[in-house]
Amino acid sequence: MTTQTDAVTDPLRALAAWLVGAGRGIRWYMRNLMGDSAYETYLAHHRRQHPDEDPMTERQFWRDRMDEQDRNPGARCC
Amino acid sequence: MSSPSSRRSQSGAGAVVDEPELVSDPNLPPTSLTPEQDAKTSRWTWPKVAIWVAIALLGAVAWTMLAIVRGETVNAIWFVFAAVCTYLIGYRFYSKVIERYLLRPNDKRATPAEVKQDGKDFVPTDRRVLYGHHFAAIAGAGPLVGPVLAAQMGYLPGTIWIIVGVVFAGAVQDYTVLFFSMRRGGRTIGQMARQELGRIGGTAAIIAALLIMIIIVAILALVVVNALGESPWGVFSVAMTIPIALFMGVYLRFLRPGKVTEVSIIGFVLLMAAIIGGGWVAGTEWGAAMFHLDRGVIAWGLIIYGFIAAILPVWLLLAPRDYLSTFMKIGVIVMLAGAIVIVRPEITVPAVTIFGENGMGPVFSGSLFPFLFVTIACGALSGFHALISSGTTPKLVEKERQTRFIGYGGMLMESFVAIMALVAAISIDQGIYFAMNSPTALTGGTVEGAVAFVNSLGLTGVNITPEMLTGTAADVGEPSIVSRTGGAPTLALGLAHIMQQALGGQALMAFWYHFAIMFEALFILTAVDAGTRVARFMLQDSIGAWFPKFRDVSWRPGVWICTAIMVAGWGYILILGVTDPLGGINTFFPLFGIANQLLAAIALAVVMAIVAKRGKNYLRWLWIVALPLAFTAVITITASMYKIFSPVPAIGYWANNFKYQEALAAGDTSLGEPEVLEAVIRNTAVQGTLSIVFVLLTIIVMIVAVVVAIKAIRNGGGENTEDEPVASNRYAPAGFIPTRAERELEKDWEGRL
Repeated sequence: MTTQTDAVTDPLRALAAWLVGAGRGIRWYMRNLMGDSAYETYLAHHRRQHPDEDPMTERQFWRDRMDEQDRNPGARCC
Repeated sequence: MSSPSSRRSQSGAGAVVDEPELVSDPNLPPTSLTPEQDAKTSRWTWPKVAIWVAIALLGAVAWTMLAIVRGETVNAIWFVFAAVCTYLIGYRFYSKVIERYLLRPNDKRATPAEVKQDGKDFVPTDRRVLYGHHFAAIAGAGPLVGPVLAAQMGYLPGTIWIIVGVVFAGAVQDYTVLFFSMRRGGRTIGQMARQELGRIGGTAAIIAALLIMIIIVAILALVVVNALGESPWGVFSVAMTIPIALFMGVYLRFLRPGKVTEVSIIGFVLLMAAIIGGGWVAGTEWGAAMFHLDRGVIAWGLIIYGFIAAILPVWLLLAPRDYLSTFMKIGVIVMLAGAIVIVRPEITVPAVTIFGENGMGPVFSGSLFPFLFVTIACGALSGFHALISSGTTPKLVEKERQTRFIGYGGMLMESFVAIMALVAAISIDQGIYFAMNSPTALTGGTVEGAVAFVNSLGLTGVNITPEMLTGTAADVGEPSIVSRTGGAPTLALGLAHIMQQALGGQALMAFWYHFAIMFEALFILTAVDAGTRVARFMLQDSIGAWFPKFRDVSWRPGVWICTAIMVAGWGYILILGVTDPLGGINTFFPLFGIANQLLAAIALAVVMAIVAKRGKNYLRWLWIVALPLAFTAVITITASMYKIFSPVPAIGYWANNFKYQEALAAGDTSLGEPEVLEAVIRNTAVQGTLSIVFVLLTIIVMIVAVVVAIKAIRNGGGENTEDEPVASNRYAPAGFIPTRAERELEKDWEGRL
């Protein structure tokens, strides 16, 4: 019996693991592509380069980023 | 070169040492693969040979089916195979030649993202993420429109140009501009033009860029106006994108900053609700009355919208709509590719139609050479990409060698989008295609007129009936589909036709049609808004040379004045296009293509000057740039010459102008009432003048570039305008899938970045 359930659960478990991995990958990609992770990136950079200064809060960071785009518009293609 | 005596080796896979030895931190693992590892990776093994032979064979079979067999019908799957196999071969072989001999990236050298790292503008970004960013920035409505219009000449000319053009021209431009801008700290193409081509060439390039921006925004706006005119459903759902974007903007600003994917999903759901709601609203009496708008009204609405949108803060409207459009872009492209593979529609359009042979088609006039090549710009060679490949993307590249994947590979993906748009357009009945794309001037805008006109074209296998046109209009929930020019409605019908076979059946036809219209309108509205902003910025910078106050971008009056000038510029052309008695799209679209190719000529001219200045070792490979440059120069100059000098009124702007002037002077009303004559005279004069300006700018830039290149060749090189090389202290693989050696090196770096 045990061998039989193993035979069933192993591929299932592998499939589940694969699905979880794929889901994580998609989530990672979307977060980075859309920009959700931009603040974390900034924070990591700030901690490394300017450890003695206070970083901007998330709200400040996004305001700053949008203001920057106002001053310096980026092109979008046709 | 600055140090002509420095070691230059002809061997090596990419990592040719052209500069002083760069020493990275000795405590870190290597920052690039060794030449031995490279050689090992690129060594041919039997399985590799077998795979590439199989790809080549499949591609050859696909091309044979498209170009030589040309049966009664041809299956759409062959387009996919021909495209993908050619892209793979171009990417694996041709782009490697460019990398190895022309650009010679050096992974030991730090990119601007690493050197100037600030956590905001300069951020070393994962190559796969940056690929997505770059693609979202370059691909818009352009590759969806041009191929649809070019389909009047048959499927084959467009297919060959899109696929071959991207491999030898479009992707080469994007890749080289990206690389050279990266070597210059992310300088823009305008700055590089000034630096490499000098004052005259640089000024011509900047004027060209400004004019092109105006033309492109105007024509894209015209496409939207044509898609929404007399379509209450379309007007309602596209109008709803504005409150949706405003809501998203407020949500991100005040409620949950930084939750971009979350708000995009919410926005997407609202968007779907707007499309479904649009069908209901258009069905009600008040809805039909309120949203059934004339094209002139929509054009004015768009102009007012464009002005307001360009002076509102970015966070409120532009940024959220951009998120939504990125989200939709990737989703729809994946969905359409899947649907084409699943449905595999049979194509009945001939390989080359009679209009491909005589150049007298109703969608746009002019012979295959050169007009096919200016009608399809985006997807094969798009000069506009030079603005994206310089400036934004190069500031985010993590390692030099990744530019091949991002620049060359990104453009291949856009080309694939263009192929899918072509397939969607030719999957619908050819008679319906011509009924939709012939201007009102020819069809009279009525079902009977369209049937009579299309059946009189004498196309084999085309015999439409009034029921076909009214039935299709009813299927997609539109009052009429006659003379819906501009490409967007045709693409939407094609997409709906394919999607309903994959998902939902006939009942969902109207939903898919409006989904596609919405999707294109979203891109175009973003392009209108962003284009106005960029053009304003360029204008402020130029006026700033005389009135420094204008350079201050936070000085509101300056912003308002420059925005108003730019909106007036494209708005004027838009109104001319909407009221053009001869059609609008058919007369103005060639200008769009010519403008875009002109920008490509400028970008390639800058690249050629840079390569010539790099020194003797690069001259043997100069043709890689010179070939597409010569081609695009010939195309733009020939097309402009036709548009200026052709005695055929359907082709030459001035010939048409004189014809109508004579009619007006003689009091002849056979061509139309005096107001109509005056409108044609005014429009052709504007179009003819723009053609002259464009061709003059092209010739100036070309001459300057050739002079600069010859001077550099004679001197055995020129000034090196690259930033000082700095040793890199990080590592990441070059392509999408890392090779074994890259994976091992990546493992050594784990936890160190």
